[in-house]
Amino acid sequence: MNDLRQFQMLHSRRKLLGEMAGGIGAMALGDLFAGKGYAATAAKRTDPLAPKAPHFPGKAKSVIFLFMEGGPSQMDLLDPKPELKKYHGQPAPASITSKLQLAFTKPNAAILASSREFKKYGQSGIEFSDWLPYMAQNADDMCVVRSMYSEAFNHHPAQLMLFTGTQQFGRPTMGAWTLYGLGSESDNLPGFVVLSSGVGTSGGATNFSSGFLPSTYQGTLLRSSGDPILYLSNPGGVTPHGQRAVFDAVRDLNQAKLDETGDMEIASRMASYELAYRMQTAGPELTDLSKEPPETLEMYGINDEKTKQFGTNCLLARRLVERGVRFILLMDASWDSHTNLNTKLKENCAKTDRGAGALVKDLKQRGLLDSTLVVWGGEFGRTPMSEVRNTADADNAGRDHHPVAYSMWLAGGGIKGGQVVGKTDDLGFFITEDKVHIHDLQATMMHCLGFDHTRLTYRFMGRDFRLTDIAGNVVKKMLA
Amino acid sequence: MRMLVFLAVFSLFAAALSAADYPSDVQPVLRKRCSGCHGAAMQNNGFRVDHAPSLMKGGYSGKAIEPGQADASLLVKRITSDKKEFQMPPAGPRLTPDEVEAIKDWINNGARIPEALLAQPLPRRQSSHWAFQPLRKPAVPVVDGAASPIDAFVRARLAKEGIAPAPEASKATLLRRVSLDLTGLPPTEEEMREFLSDTRPEAYERLVDRLLASPHYGERWARHWLDLAHYADSDGYEKDLERPYAWRYRDWVIGALNGGMPFDRFTIEQLAGDLLPDRTVSTEIATGFLRQVLTNREAGVDRDESRFEQLVNRTNTVSTTWLGLTTGCSQCHDHKYDPISQKDYYALLSFFDRSGEEMIDAPIPGQLGPYLEHLPEYKGKRAALLAKYEVPSLLPEWEGHMRTAIEKPGAQAEYDFQLTSMKAMVDGAQKILLRKPGERTEREQETLEDYFIKSVSLAPGMDKEKLGRLKEARKELAEIDKTLPRPSQAMVMMWDKDAPATRIRVGGQWNKLGVPVDADVPGVLPELGAARATRLDLARWLVRADNPLTPRVIANRVWQEYFGRGLVRTSEDFGKMGEKPTHPELLDWLAAEFRDSGWNMKSLHRTIVLSATYRQSSQTRPELRERDPENTLLARQQRLRLNAETIRDAALSVSGLLNTRVGGPSVKPPQPAGVEQITYANSSRWVTSTGPDRYRRGLYIHFQRTAPYPMLMNFDSPDSTVACSRRARSNTSLQALNLMNDEVFVEAAAALAWRVEQEAPAGERAAYAARLAWGREPTAQEKARLAKLMDDLASERPLTAACRALLNTDEFIVRP
Repeated sequence: MNDLRQFQMLHSRRKLLGEMAGGIGAMALGDLFAGKGYAATAAKRTDPLAPKAPHFPGKAKSVIFLFMEGGPSQMDLLDPKPELKKYHGQPAPASITSKLQLAFTKPNAAILASSREFKKYGQSGIEFSDWLPYMAQNADDMCVVRSMYSEAFNHHPAQLMLFTGTQQFGRPTMGAWTLYGLGSESDNLPGFVVLSSGVGTSGGATNFSSGFLPSTYQGTLLRSSGDPILYLSNPGGVTPHGQRAVFDAVRDLNQAKLDETGDMEIASRMASYELAYRMQTAGPELTDLSKEPPETLEMYGINDEKTKQFGTNCLLARRLVERGVRFILLMDASWDSHTNLNTKLKENCAKTDRGAGALVKDLKQRGLLDSTLVVWGGEFGRTPMSEVRNTADADNAGRDHHPVAYSMWLAGGGIKGGQVVGKTDDLGFFITEDKVHIHDLQATMMHCLGFDHTRLTYRFMGRDFRLTDIAGNVVKKMLA
Repeated sequence: MRMLVFLAVFSLFAAALSAADYPSDVQPVLRKRCSGCHGAAMQNNGFRVDHAPSLMKGGYSGKAIEPGQADASLLVKRITSDKKEFQMPPAGPRLTPDEVEAIKDWINNGARIPEALLAQPLPRRQSSHWAFQPLRKPAVPVVDGAASPIDAFVRARLAKEGIAPAPEASKATLLRRVSLDLTGLPPTEEEMREFLSDTRPEAYERLVDRLLASPHYGERWARHWLDLAHYADSDGYEKDLERPYAWRYRDWVIGALNGGMPFDRFTIEQLAGDLLPDRTVSTEIATGFLRQVLTNREAGVDRDESRFEQLVNRTNTVSTTWLGLTTGCSQCHDHKYDPISQKDYYALLSFFDRSGEEMIDAPIPGQLGPYLEHLPEYKGKRAALLAKYEVPSLLPEWEGHMRTAIEKPGAQAEYDFQLTSMKAMVDGAQKILLRKPGERTEREQETLEDYFIKSVSLAPGMDKEKLGRLKEARKELAEIDKTLPRPSQAMVMMWDKDAPATRIRVGGQWNKLGVPVDADVPGVLPELGAARATRLDLARWLVRADNPLTPRVIANRVWQEYFGRGLVRTSEDFGKMGEKPTHPELLDWLAAEFRDSGWNMKSLHRTIVLSATYRQSSQTRPELRERDPENTLLARQQRLRLNAETIRDAALSVSGLLNTRVGGPSVKPPQPAGVEQITYANSSRWVTSTGPDRYRRGLYIHFQRTAPYPMLMNFDSPDSTVACSRRARSNTSLQALNLMNDEVFVEAAAALAWRVEQEAPAGERAAYAARLAWGREPTAQEKARLAKLMDDLASERPLTAACRALLNTDEFIVRP
């Protein structure tokens, strides 16, 4: 070993110790020198995705966020309001609506009763709408929160609020925070993966951005057509042998430069090329569902054209969890039923209920649910009043945005199932018990992952930022 | 207590006898119980009690004291309230009943304060923080062998540490370094040959001058400036509509930099080009700097809310860009660390509040003739089309419904909805609708007609059949529109002298209005000295000789681009939470030199790149790794990964594919199908540019905010939502996949292979390609490795494979 190299090793070790003292690194030195060679060692040191220990042992190792973009209607799905029937068609009282911000409905809009039937499920007897028969099967594992609220009233700001904790641009999303805090268990796939179905979301890439965190932590979109990960497959005409040969040549040329300059960034780049190469194999293996048993495909609804897209994403989410991926964001758009609620919402449910239901069930039967936090919901809910754009059309009724009281559900990963948290008034306008702000949800999710949400911070523009901005309390009732 | 007894007894005479006395009964209570948060150090909610005139004036919520009416005074309401979140003091024991009584009594008796106290001037805020101190040019230390003042400062510090500077980098390295730094392009083969063979003195100086005169200098440094402006080609937010003329501002920046516009003028045109006495279309286009804010066209967004968000963005952008201050914190409360009050924030915001967004005609030379030539024919066809579909009678009827929706919301649900949507999509929609047809400009009338034809399909109360035919009109109108070569427009800001006064937003919330404020600069900085100030006053103040921040912030940021970190590492934050300068005197020298040179940008660049400090080798040395791993002492240069655009440009350049045209509309190079799928309702379309446009430089790539070009994002381009003062340099496997497999880079490798086949004899081709890619001769070991690769892949386009390998090496994407 030449002097420079010996020196570099010492240096890298010191740097590592320094990082550990700063609370970032947490790997045994033995590991470090266990020897995949010099480049691997150096790369491990600099790898910002190396697994890290949280503040305290968390139950959840992974998160699957089922984001129903646009705002699912809580009183038609998770928060039954039979009282609405009494007032159906009557204008909502001004004393109530004067407290609401509305986009398209006028304050005197009529109350709209839900057309749905609710039934109790499981030992816990949680009520679910007849449009969610599959999800409902997991009632005893689910914590339905009927008292969610947010300040953000429009889609994109509300999505920023949900994922970054503020309505402002430029902040990291919860997936990025999770990856920043915990690193990734996978050494051949990205640590934060995004899957999308439907028509595309208001937030677009801002829903999985790393904001001011290094871009290493941003979500990687797993695409449904073409390469599952951008630029994953070999260029046209390049054989696997040819690809490997180029990778090898790049490695050797980089090694020579590393030896000459001693620039540790080169070691880190060599490691990222090796991961890229492994990804080229792991990516297609991930999306190849041919080895899944037929009953699994059936359970996720992959054999049915209507449920196939979302069901496939749900199955991929499970496979990602199995492969150590830390955060999976599954976006489905759009649930923004301003009009024709009875057809549109029904369609949304028909496409997604089966996959989401199967996912929780499948995680549980594989023993993965305890370590996987599943969250389902949108950026806000919908009004108890109707929104009518075309008075001539009787089926035209929909509902407007309603951020002050809406529902979500969580399962697994340290969440206590079989319970309902929070209550709303008889008509579903306001929360009457156990208000859960978006920041509280975020704080609770971070808690499940082993973080004190006030201490997972990053300094930017002279301030220590965190996911929950300056607020948020862990909702103890939700925890197992 | 004695006083109170006295008062009780003689209450009838209380007023005449001067009841509770301010200096002895009230002032001590306020000082003891309130001045911690409302005193000299801190004025929460803009209220201070330690200065009599301020006490009487009140805070952001208005007056605190109503003389003669204690119970109506906010101060009394708060010290007597039972409500936790309202009562004062917010923590600790309440005021005693005696203290409360003394204050009430004093107010009820007219809240009199001795003249002497009322005449007290408000002490101007002072700060001992380094960045706010006046900027003076420090004396240059005398150091042996230091040719430039930069070297003198750096070496004096190194000498103190007992560290020697690094030797000068090789000529080849210097050429590659300074070419990439000044133009964002690697040197060409001819440039290499010329410079490496130029053994005359001052060869390097001549090289630098040639590069500074290159039109690509403006492109490279425009990109840096556009990060701060957060330039984009679309609105952002869910609709994310394209901004087809955004590029006019980008072209303005490139042109200004290439033309050597002094930085003070550069500042003034961008912030106030519409207010200049000598304003032109070009100076108006410059205000496009302020038009890079996002626009939320989501129909449910309150227009005032959306406008407020934009004002906040403009205020923060200007603060970050020129002042290096994170004023954004003061949107909601007084800054916790820096002496910026909430009032300061809204005073700064006010400069932008009194302005409106406008589109102006900005024809490019040569455009107007063809437009005017085709205009009469177009107008004829348009009029015929409108007549055919009875628009002249339908439109007024529809306008009537829309006006009803404005005046009597709730009357017709559908029109309420249409109005909300139209206001979101058409800037100034309500104003146009309310104007009588005869009073509208031609463009306003056309805007209405276009909106009616293109967007209205449902209109209760109107003739369904006639409306139904509009579908046809839509298609025909699109056809005719294609025949008219419309001149370019530009997005600008225009001063609005009639705008109402800016009000503080309590807690930073757009709809919670506090007291009015006048436009002004932060109190801790030199006074503006202008009444009823405009953006022009602000712009001139930013570049006034006594502004201590602008020259420091700008010089530091330029330095950062050359060394990978600023002398102040946190180039966006010169406040107390930012880092201190590593070389404070060098920073001040550079800043003062920059300011005193007449804000000459090129001269600042020249001064830096000619220094020996810049020209050092990047080679690390064991003792440096030990003592200065971050290279803060500058005992060497630093290898820096190129930014996203430069990586693309370098690949296109060495392969010979690059289209070197400067300026013009944005382009859409190939990107994998479906990238735009994640946008709202899949609304964005990526139509790949063909021909020479496919090979333009990275800074011309269309930036769609909700679905940006993936290669840019993979290599840390900012997301263009807020000002970005320094880019990250991450190192990820997605970058590896991008360079290995992206069509753009594969094509570049193939083109490079073709090129070396043309230019080099067999056997020397791989080595020649390496020379082009790296800007140096490959070593024997490297040549052997490339040869081995080509042997391994003899049947698989070996030369292309070698070129792909070269374009993927660390060295190719690093500035040496």
